[in-house]
Amino acid sequence: MTEVVLQADGLTKRYGRRVALADCTLDIPPGRVVGLVGPNGAGKTTLLQLAVGMLTPTAGRITVLGGRPGDGPAQLAKVGFVAQDAPTYANLSVKDHLRFGARTNPSWDQALADARIAELGLDPSQKAGRLSGGQRAQLALTMAVAKRPELLILDEPVASLDPIARREFMRGLMAHTAEHRSSVILSSHLVSDLERVCDYVIVLTDSRVRVAGDIDELMGSHYRLTGARRDAADLPAGAEAIEHSHTERQSTFIVRSLVPVEDPSLTVEQLTLEDLVLAYLSRSVAAHRPELETAR
Amino acid sequence: MIEFHLDGRSGVAPYMQLIQQVRQALRLGLLREGDRLPTIKDVVAKVAINPNTVLKAYRELEYEGLVTARPGVGTFVARTLNEEAGAVEPLRVELRAWLRRAQAAGLDPESIEALFATTFRIQLQESA
Repeated sequence: MTEVVLQADGLTKRYGRRVALADCTLDIPPGRVVGLVGPNGAGKTTLLQLAVGMLTPTAGRITVLGGRPGDGPAQLAKVGFVAQDAPTYANLSVKDHLRFGARTNPSWDQALADARIAELGLDPSQKAGRLSGGQRAQLALTMAVAKRPELLILDEPVASLDPIARREFMRGLMAHTAEHRSSVILSSHLVSDLERVCDYVIVLTDSRVRVAGDIDELMGSHYRLTGARRDAADLPAGAEAIEHSHTERQSTFIVRSLVPVEDPSLTVEQLTLEDLVLAYLSRSVAAHRPELETAR
Repeated sequence: MIEFHLDGRSGVAPYMQLIQQVRQALRLGLLREGDRLPTIKDVVAKVAINPNTVLKAYRELEYEGLVTARPGVGTFVARTLNEEAGAVEPLRVELRAWLRRAQAAGLDPESIEALFATTFRIQLQESA
């Protein structure tokens, strides 16, 4: 197995003067379920499309499973991709989709595809256009996993699904991951979609990576501190303020600290993943549009 | 066989919730020595969580000596948590007497819970 699933170094994508992704540096270890989170328009799709080779970088470098994205059939076979809104062919039946998958993918696993379709209770002769949104998403996932990729990339796979279909989709995805040990990168603009399934997170806003890492490590190194009003400069050594807010008497900080914060004058609390992600998101908002800080 | 569930709002890490559910099932006698735990694939297919979370929980339970993993076969309960069962019943009787006194003193359920939780935390800190 490759040592690194995805490596990016100064990766940048511009469309004319507009920057879609700026100076992105990442090192994703194998076997992870990576959540790529950020608001709409942050650059998530651009990063994922660079990873599958649908886009080429303007500057910098990206390596996926040791190869250049989209570079020949061997590289394409290693990566399964489900684009946003799970595109399927409305006039083709479920069976036609599988036949198409078998023809176009040398590593196609027909038994796996058939088993998944049966498990989902889909009628093979049904036209994709007549499937529900959840069923279409499952069909698109089946197409991607049946080629037995080492890495599965999904762009907002559950954004348009209702809560039950979301859960069903994630159950299928996790079962596949457990059985085939593949790595997964999936994007969402909602942390709640990713919380249970991911063990690695990348926070992307305004075309930049704000934080990336193992969720357990991030959770173990971020705290909420509250206490009497003070400056961020007066925080305990080693604590970097990610977010701070103040009232007349009280200060609240979200900090990153690699050592436990031991200051008796501060109340130290653990964060949820959502708190942590929001702190990084609002930090970039505050940096770019300071006038918005009070409105949030 | 036990079935896992996750409480997204509890603030307890998912792998710890799985561990607590196994321990609880052992205490209640729902799991006995020799019982098989669900496979990682079964758990993730049911609960929609990361396989590594389940693996981490099972490893921790193994480290505690509560389960044994037999590669290719499954994860099995190695011992029960009922050893203290003899001590539990008298403690329950005392606790119920205390709860009756708290109610008689006019404390509502929330106040009783808060009193218990804070005292329990202090006790844990002092005995640590």
